[in-house]
Amino acid sequence: MNPNGAAIDAAIEARGLVKRFGEVEAVRDVSFMVPPGTVLGVLGPNGAGKTTVVRMLTTLAKPTAGTGWVLGLDVQRDATKVRASIGLAGQYAAVDENLTGRENLRLVGKLTHLSAERTAERADALLEQFNLTKAADRLVRTFSGGMRRRLDLAAALVHEPPVLFLDEPTTGLDPKGRNELWGVIRGLVGGGTTVLLTTQYLEEADALADRILVIDHGTVIAEGTSGELKSRFATTVIEVGFRDAALAERAATALAPVGDLRTKGEVVRIGVAGDASAQAMLEAVRALDSAGMEPVTMVLREPTLDDVFLSLTGHAAEEVVDTDGDDAVVTKGRGRKAKAEGGAR
Amino acid sequence: MTLVADTRAMAWRNVLNIRRNPELLVFATIQPVIFVLMFRYVFGGAIQGSLPPGQTYVNYLMPGVFVQTIVFGALTTGVGLADDLHLGLIDRFRSLPISRAAVLTGRTTADLLRNFFVVVLMMLVGFAVGWTVDTGVSAIVGAMLLLLGFAYSLSWAFAIVGLTARNSETAQAISFPFLAVMVFASSAFVPVATMPSWLQGWARNQPVSVVINAVRELTITGDASSEVFKAILWIIGITAVCMPIAVARYRRVT
Repeated sequence: MNPNGAAIDAAIEARGLVKRFGEVEAVRDVSFMVPPGTVLGVLGPNGAGKTTVVRMLTTLAKPTAGTGWVLGLDVQRDATKVRASIGLAGQYAAVDENLTGRENLRLVGKLTHLSAERTAERADALLEQFNLTKAADRLVRTFSGGMRRRLDLAAALVHEPPVLFLDEPTTGLDPKGRNELWGVIRGLVGGGTTVLLTTQYLEEADALADRILVIDHGTVIAEGTSGELKSRFATTVIEVGFRDAALAERAATALAPVGDLRTKGEVVRIGVAGDASAQAMLEAVRALDSAGMEPVTMVLREPTLDDVFLSLTGHAAEEVVDTDGDDAVVTKGRGRKAKAEGGAR
Repeated sequence: MTLVADTRAMAWRNVLNIRRNPELLVFATIQPVIFVLMFRYVFGGAIQGSLPPGQTYVNYLMPGVFVQTIVFGALTTGVGLADDLHLGLIDRFRSLPISRAAVLTGRTTADLLRNFFVVVLMMLVGFAVGWTVDTGVSAIVGAMLLLLGFAYSLSWAFAIVGLTARNSETAQAISFPFLAVMVFASSAFVPVATMPSWLQGWARNQPVSVVINAVRELTITGDASSEVFKAILWIIGITAVCMPIAVARYRRVT
């Protein structure tokens, strides 16, 4: 149901969204639907246009073309009503450093026109939920990065918005902070909140999202559940580990005929078609044996979203044009993957 | 009307910011205090000769210092907004169902309060170095109102600067030369009659001089008429022009 009482089948909908900044087309024709109570993960590298999509749907940026709806409300024409129904937590923790944690939440309560009693109740509940009760009356400038991020998310939830936009909520958090935040997001979804979450981390999309939208250079390049994407785009992977990187390099030459090969550090990964995986494993063993090389480990594993992303965006070197206002980055397919993995650990 | 409630909420936030950084209030007075000491005790003797007989330099100087203080202080509004933009706070506010002008009205209101404290502080400094007002308490109150009105109108001008510059360093860098011209090519420290003739027209009629002269009218002669009237017109004019421009910029800034 939207605030006008009509039943709706999409809590968030984008149709043909385009955003141009001068010559740069940051977002080109992006469309999707998020059913109520589900999580859409928008996955893509830095500069893919994720933040711009979020900014258009949260009324912060005007689409060059196309339309977005939140709970059936047009994000441009009904912007004020949309704002009352959404929560936004960004990549940069947008909390006031010179206020205490509790005061930050009170400020949002005042600005969303909750009564003083209700604001106090919500602030207490959120501080408790986000494990900030002890620090509640300390100035935010004394908070750690993880605490700020939790407070930022709490601030987005003061007015209990049915739709939540999270723009790279865990970027820059340590594994503990990330796990805590994941738990909180799962709890919110359990309570019926619809979530749109952008992330560079495949593991994160895999862990939280019902459906995943993969975007690159402002366009949707794949969409589906994590399982669908894996079965559609990825191959089974043989991972062969060696004592050191030099050995892995040498082995890579011997293993090249077996399949699609990537070497990272002391690990060689070979992508093979799922139905030929046993055959490929045998081939790999024979190739290593005849080269006289002994691996430390050798495993056959199911594809991860990581592999999907690589097979979708390709291995070739490519320039990523910065359009999200992030630092400009030039990455290779592989460099990107390394970044995603490094962060996911 | 949510504008009033939203303004109050934003002002509450900005006043808390001022209270949490009381050192900034003190810093805001350091530069003007140095000017008071320098002009009162170093240059004052030389300038005294250019003043009409019977007028003391310290009474001439202090209105200039008050206006100097609020003119440079107005930069705070722009710097604060630029910081909010830079840190993503403006995005948060813009994603909430609040009145579109509230971020600006809240900040300018809080800055008005800040200016009040700074001017009071500077008046105390004035009394300490021999500033006297023979025209009564009402003259001081009137001067305070004029100063705060001028500060308020400048807050809106610098809101535009802050929203355009988008970071505090740029906001300061583009404002400073302009502010220096406004403050020094004015009647703040020396009588305009001692300046070259090509400069006198500007120095006599630009808003900083007009407000300073109005405060002098109130605190020295007690003959508040033409300059006070002109100062009020400047305050209304600057506010009327800058307020809508600032609000329009805020709406468009992304």
